[in-house]
Amino acid sequence: MSAADLVTAAPSREPARHSNLTRVVIYGLLLIFAFIYLVPLVVMVMTSLKPLDEVTGGNMFALPHAPTFGPWVQAWGEARIGVSETAGIKGYFWNSIKMVVPAVLISTMLGALNGYVLTKWRFPGHKLVFGMMLFACFIPFQSVIIPMAVILGMLGNIGNALDDLTGFSFGFGNATVNLVIVHVIYGLGFTTLFFRNYYEAFPTELIKAAMIDGAGFFQIFRRILLPSSGPIIIVTVIYQFTNIWNDFLFGSTFAAGDQSPMTVALNNLVNTSTGIVEYNVNMAAAIIAAAPTLFVYIVAGRYFVRGLMAGAVKG
Amino acid sequence: MTTTAAPIAASTRQPRGSLRARLQNILPKLVLAPSFLLVLIFVYGFNLWTFFLSFTNSKAFSSTTLVGLANYQKLWTWTFETDPPSGWYTAIVNMGLFGGLYVIFCLVLGLTLAILLDQKIRGEGILRPIYLYPLALSFIVTGTAWKLFLDPGIGLEKAVHLWGWTSFKFDWVVNPRMMIYCVAIAGIWASSGFVMALFLAGLRGIDGEIIKAAQIDGASGFAMYRRIIIPIMRPVFLSALIILTHLAIKSYDLVLSVTGKNPGGAAELPSTFMYSYTFTRNQMAVGSTSAVIMLMTIAAIMIPYLYSELKEKNR
Repeated sequence: MSAADLVTAAPSREPARHSNLTRVVIYGLLLIFAFIYLVPLVVMVMTSLKPLDEVTGGNMFALPHAPTFGPWVQAWGEARIGVSETAGIKGYFWNSIKMVVPAVLISTMLGALNGYVLTKWRFPGHKLVFGMMLFACFIPFQSVIIPMAVILGMLGNIGNALDDLTGFSFGFGNATVNLVIVHVIYGLGFTTLFFRNYYEAFPTELIKAAMIDGAGFFQIFRRILLPSSGPIIIVTVIYQFTNIWNDFLFGSTFAAGDQSPMTVALNNLVNTSTGIVEYNVNMAAAIIAAAPTLFVYIVAGRYFVRGLMAGAVKG
Repeated sequence: MTTTAAPIAASTRQPRGSLRARLQNILPKLVLAPSFLLVLIFVYGFNLWTFFLSFTNSKAFSSTTLVGLANYQKLWTWTFETDPPSGWYTAIVNMGLFGGLYVIFCLVLGLTLAILLDQKIRGEGILRPIYLYPLALSFIVTGTAWKLFLDPGIGLEKAVHLWGWTSFKFDWVVNPRMMIYCVAIAGIWASSGFVMALFLAGLRGIDGEIIKAAQIDGASGFAMYRRIIIPIMRPVFLSALIILTHLAIKSYDLVLSVTGKNPGGAAELPSTFMYSYTFTRNQMAVGSTSAVIMLMTIAAIMIPYLYSELKEKNR
């Protein structure tokens, strides 16, 4: 049983015997904490449904008197983000999707193959290789960001040169392509970790039997390991999706203006220094930015927790 | 798990021509090579590159003129004496405050919630996801929500005023001296659920026999937790401590979003210091130096931990 299954499993020990008073205290504390965890989200949703004068003039804990979806419409299609010409956050939402989908697919695929090699085709030094990839998960990205900026700048120059020559840049210097590259590279450690820990428990006898039957490296992977990798693929995809969608540091460094991902656009919208602060629009934009990951959490919470626990190294 | 698959493959293939066998032998390494090479260059190579930059006098562009340890000297001789206090000194003090509060409160809250949830309570399936959902949100969204919640002109302070307690004052989020505590509040809210899940997995993984034996010996309630359960969970404490410490050092987007782009560097952390010196103040060498210090700190924590984890796995 993995650590995450323990979280979702019912307690297997003897039922705790408590007096009624203790029970009341336990439930009371749990409910108070639940309230504290929920309040920011509830306030966010209520604020996003209020007209601006109700936000600035009223109590943030009060239910909206005249609920309106106006702020949502504004946030999605009309709000001015920083100095950008494009209106609303819809373009940035799309930027994030274009970045997340390829980055998640590529890093998951590579992670699966790496995990397969590192458990079933071990070679001398496999542990060192894995250890080095694992440490890469934990480095502060500040320590790679300057060289990365230099390299991506070079790619941009190549793109410009190609553009002059052929009229097409072949993706060189494109902010979305750059972010996909960055997220794939710095996500490899985690995806490899997930698949390695999963395949570690996969019976090696089955692989040996397949080999004796003459199956090759890729055949074994495709026919034997992949069909039973469903759960770990879901875990990895969810983990990578959440991480990449929520990333801010890389997005704000390697993409600018209209090419920014969602988190960067939200930060620019909220911290704009011109004009009156439209809290209701800010909150609507924040909820839209949070919606995809929140949705994944609600429909696949179990797998979400498993990813987090595996991220805490314990397999 | 000690036998590997590769030798079997080699022995069964030998009679049928060794070309295919040799290909089968190098194929796994070929598959792993690209990922490992990417990590080698983009993680380790780039770290070395940043390390090199920290010994140069790079300003807006990287330079190769070496200045020895001058940048390190500069950072560590900057003090609070200057007015305003130097950025690095503020960053270190804030790191201690934020990191300390974040780690301690996450551990205490996480353990408390886990113990409460483990009392065979009804509705665990509803409560647990409530404590965990902040993990699905990006720090930018979390920060945006807490900034509104703590804003004295619109959030908590105003709500309490409207309820009748007009002398209530809570303006930390706009007070440069107190901003860092607001970042800690938002961080604790975001991460304590994760620690709860870690501890809950730990609690549920404890062998029921140990508990029964202790009950027979007369241990119960509080004593049971203090004397038996919490000591058994020492490895979980270590994992949680290490994960939290490294997250605290890497915190970046939360500071920007809670404080509104960190006005005047009041909530400076090493991560924001590195970014502003490198990309806005054109002091790349100083930025690299701070990045190297961040990396060294994380390496000092993570490498022994990962080493022991990997060693354990080999049992």
